[in-house]
Amino acid sequence: MLVISCPYCGDRPEIEFSYGGEAHVVRAPASVTDEEWTAFLYQRSNARGSYAERWRHAHGCGRFFNARRNTVTDFFEQTYKIGEAPA
Amino acid sequence: MTQKYRLATGGLIDRRVTVPFTFDGKAMTGHAGDTLASALLANGVHLVGRSFKYHRPRGIVSAGAEEPNALVGVGRDEGHYTPNLRATQVELYHGLRAESQNRTPSLERDVGSITDRLWRFFPAGFYYKTFMWPKGAWTKFFEPRIRAIAGLGRSPAAPDAARYAQIYAHCDVLVIGAGPAGLSAALAAAETGARVILCDEQPQFGGALLAEPGQSAWLAEQRARLAGFANITMLPRTIAFGYFPHNMIGLAQDLTDHQGETSDDAPRGRLWQVRAKQVITATGAIERPLVFPDNDRPGIMLADAARTYVERYAVKPGNRAVVFTAHDDAYRAAVSLHEAGVTIAAIVDLRESPEGPCLDAARAAGLPIRTHATIIGTEGNLRVAAVSVATIGAANAERIACDLVLMSGGFTPSVHLFSQSRGKLAFDPALDAFIPGTPAEPTIAAGAASGCQSLEAAIASGRAAGLSATGQAVAAPVAETVAAGFLGEVPHGRDPASVRAFVDFQNDVTAKDITLALAEGFRSIEHVKRYTTTGMATDQGKTSNMNALGIVSKSLGVPIPSIGTTTFRMPYTPIPFGYFAGYARGDLFEPVRETPIHAWAAEQGAVFEDVSLWKRARYFPRGAETMHEAVARECAAVRAGVGLFDASTLGKIEITGPDAAEFLNRMYVNAWTKLKPGRLRYGILLREDGFIIDDGVVGRIADDRFHVTTTTGGAARVLNMMEDYLQTEFTDLKVWLTSTTEQYAVIAVQGPRAREVIAPLVEDADISAAAMPHMSVVECRVAGVPARLFRVSFTGELGFEINVPADYGRAVWEAIDQAGQTHGIVPYGTETMHVLRAEKGYIIVGQETDGTATPDDVGLTWAIGKAKPDFVGKRALARTALASQTDRKQLVGLLTADPAEVLEEGAHLVADPAQPIPMTMLGHVTSSYWSAALNRSIALAMVRNGRARIGETLHVPLPGRSVAVTLTDPVFYDPEGARLDG
Repeated sequence: MLVISCPYCGDRPEIEFSYGGEAHVVRAPASVTDEEWTAFLYQRSNARGSYAERWRHAHGCGRFFNARRNTVTDFFEQTYKIGEAPA
Repeated sequence: MTQKYRLATGGLIDRRVTVPFTFDGKAMTGHAGDTLASALLANGVHLVGRSFKYHRPRGIVSAGAEEPNALVGVGRDEGHYTPNLRATQVELYHGLRAESQNRTPSLERDVGSITDRLWRFFPAGFYYKTFMWPKGAWTKFFEPRIRAIAGLGRSPAAPDAARYAQIYAHCDVLVIGAGPAGLSAALAAAETGARVILCDEQPQFGGALLAEPGQSAWLAEQRARLAGFANITMLPRTIAFGYFPHNMIGLAQDLTDHQGETSDDAPRGRLWQVRAKQVITATGAIERPLVFPDNDRPGIMLADAARTYVERYAVKPGNRAVVFTAHDDAYRAAVSLHEAGVTIAAIVDLRESPEGPCLDAARAAGLPIRTHATIIGTEGNLRVAAVSVATIGAANAERIACDLVLMSGGFTPSVHLFSQSRGKLAFDPALDAFIPGTPAEPTIAAGAASGCQSLEAAIASGRAAGLSATGQAVAAPVAETVAAGFLGEVPHGRDPASVRAFVDFQNDVTAKDITLALAEGFRSIEHVKRYTTTGMATDQGKTSNMNALGIVSKSLGVPIPSIGTTTFRMPYTPIPFGYFAGYARGDLFEPVRETPIHAWAAEQGAVFEDVSLWKRARYFPRGAETMHEAVARECAAVRAGVGLFDASTLGKIEITGPDAAEFLNRMYVNAWTKLKPGRLRYGILLREDGFIIDDGVVGRIADDRFHVTTTTGGAARVLNMMEDYLQTEFTDLKVWLTSTTEQYAVIAVQGPRAREVIAPLVEDADISAAAMPHMSVVECRVAGVPARLFRVSFTGELGFEINVPADYGRAVWEAIDQAGQTHGIVPYGTETMHVLRAEKGYIIVGQETDGTATPDDVGLTWAIGKAKPDFVGKRALARTALASQTDRKQLVGLLTADPAEVLEEGAHLVADPAQPIPMTMLGHVTSSYWSAALNRSIALAMVRNGRARIGETLHVPLPGRSVAVTLTDPVFYDPEGARLDG
């Protein structure tokens, strides 16, 4: 079980969190083409190594936040609040 | 039997306490401090099991967790029965009942041993090569028979009667293993004030020193020091079975198992989930067997195990022993046994000219030593009776009678936990073994687990690990000369095809099996493992992995580091499932959600159904009514008079804030801006891909306050989705979301007489048809309780849903029920609710929809606010592919030709029932009921291009027949909706 550092609450066990998929995927405006919309809806980088992703401290403060996790080692590089730039 | 192999003195057993036990029904005794294995040996019992594949007689090989053979089933009855326990780890208790496994009818006479005589037909991978013909014979004939013969223990026939506890713990340093290194590490860490947990699988701390009487003073001193530290949590009888990410270690602590047949009130064991800042694995090393022909007879055991039985348990494991070794340590065992009165017939050493203090001691004791020699075969059926010893390379062998053979191929560091932590192993050529290399987690290996062989080195490395784990300076390691030993099959000069030299005792894998796998082209050690099954099973190759590697290395001419190792899987030793289930069994397996009206419904004899975690009243049978009869009566009561329904499980979300309406505009397909306070609207929620995920009625309580309802199962999902958009996408909006699902009880009063029933109970509101039309909401008091009164209908009748604080739910319900008696009010359940809504063609999300339905598919295009610039799912609905698709499944009604025929939900619809299989399927039935109001069956279905097919006849193919159905509009009852406006 991973230890995840909620930017609001600190280190908590993984069981308190829910996963939110890749981070920094900007919601496409209605004016985009079908191809651009499909890319927004379905295409994710699925990176090997450092990966920006969203988590929610669902059984804690309830806040969504972003994280960088290495998908090879499962270690977190950082977590940061929504709207903040990664370090 | 009278423990005739028990020594008169010595050992850590308590001779004053005699402990009776049975093995396969035979009564024996041991002493306090014994394991089942040591007690059996004290009674002269070596034969304890039959092997997995060949059913060969097998004896006790080891004195610890690595035991591959002595697997037994233990327990007083089926509810307390645990199979596959290692007799070497089972502490003896009063009345212990153990049985051997994988034998019929008895250990001594086992019919399965026929496979041993047919062994040439069961090489590695035999099941891939044979039994393949005729087709089907494998699954029907061969597999069931092979499974009956092959195997380990049996599953208990009753549920586990024991209780299990679980705990989470945090510490600065977790030390696994309380041998000399672990004790030193724990003490060094504790001196800094760090919080330390020290665990060990044994009942006493000391590890290998428990079998070293010469070190008892040092051990006693360390234990005394441990007791002086309040910051050390000591966990004996606790196995570290798994190393999980971010330094979380799973421990299984035996609480009452060792106490015997105790009450089930006290938990049997406790699962620890320990999060440690630093982990120190001081897990010791395991002696390797030597791989020689017929090395698996009872009475052939590891040298250090034999010494442990003498020194720790005061048991003489035999009368006349041959010691076979490639390592000095076995000489210590030989001297120990000699001093205990065992005749050492010969020490056979594979090495040409071994020297050292251990050999000197053996020589001084006058023990006969043969160097550069090997064992080329053994004799004896249920117990070893003799060995043949030859000089390596020589043809003539000497037969030496014996009842005990000690073997030692050297020691393999226990790197299981380190490897589970994904640390990289390093090959130490001096040791001929893998030791922990680069760690992936904050973890340090110490003592024999890190390759130490001398006590001084182990203590020093333990202390260094303890200091290092707490950030202290560390002294240089103690220099020592280590000895490797031997890997692989020993030289024996016999035809390799005609002998069986076992590598993996538990899985019956021989050296020949491994060379066969290589000859057939397997190269990766992972493939060799799977093809031969070496290193699999419950012991995970603790005694076999390195010998298998040695054989592969020699056969292929590739050095071991280039071959690598297979994965060490958790658990380190098997752990009963009860530890993992813990408290989550029976009623505590899953939480049960009950509404405030649940108890009332139960008192009325309601039959409940599970809807997600909720218990919902499904129907209220009267007398001997069947469900069909009860539902028909309830339906008729609602259509003709008035019914009472518990809708409390509906999800409820309070949405407040100045931008609440705009937030709803962006989330739901509907337009909300113009919805006036006091009015309701049916809302539809899509995912971004344009498909319906939820629906529900939304009430505007004030300009900045909405009362949103969701489906029962969707409440948490919808709130999470709303929070997601609010926190990450629509961050410009001032909106607050609050779950109120459990704060309100919701009482639906439905039917033409609904208003008459509740009117006398309503204060502060005019609920007349003129003042309160369909789809409106008012805040008022009902039965004296503050309420949000919705005029809304999921039945097609005049209806109200009364939201009151949950704690008042039952009181208000009973007041309405009382007031309704003169109107013939009837409580109804979810089944009636389903029928009534289906008669009206109202969809249920998740029943009519399956995550691929758009609003248009289910006839809800009218709900979409088309002027809105955006909402979740809007762009997806405009996709060219979706818009241009002409054969999407659409919601329709179905009427069967025979009005009495009620279709199966999920049944498929086809145009031509005579079409050969596979038929062209046009759609499926989503809802199907008997309609009391129409006195016939009705069904809803999703059918390709269904709306255009209304009036057509399709068919539902069933086994042996088909049912003709006519497609209709999905609204069967009161299509004008006049009854809603009553």
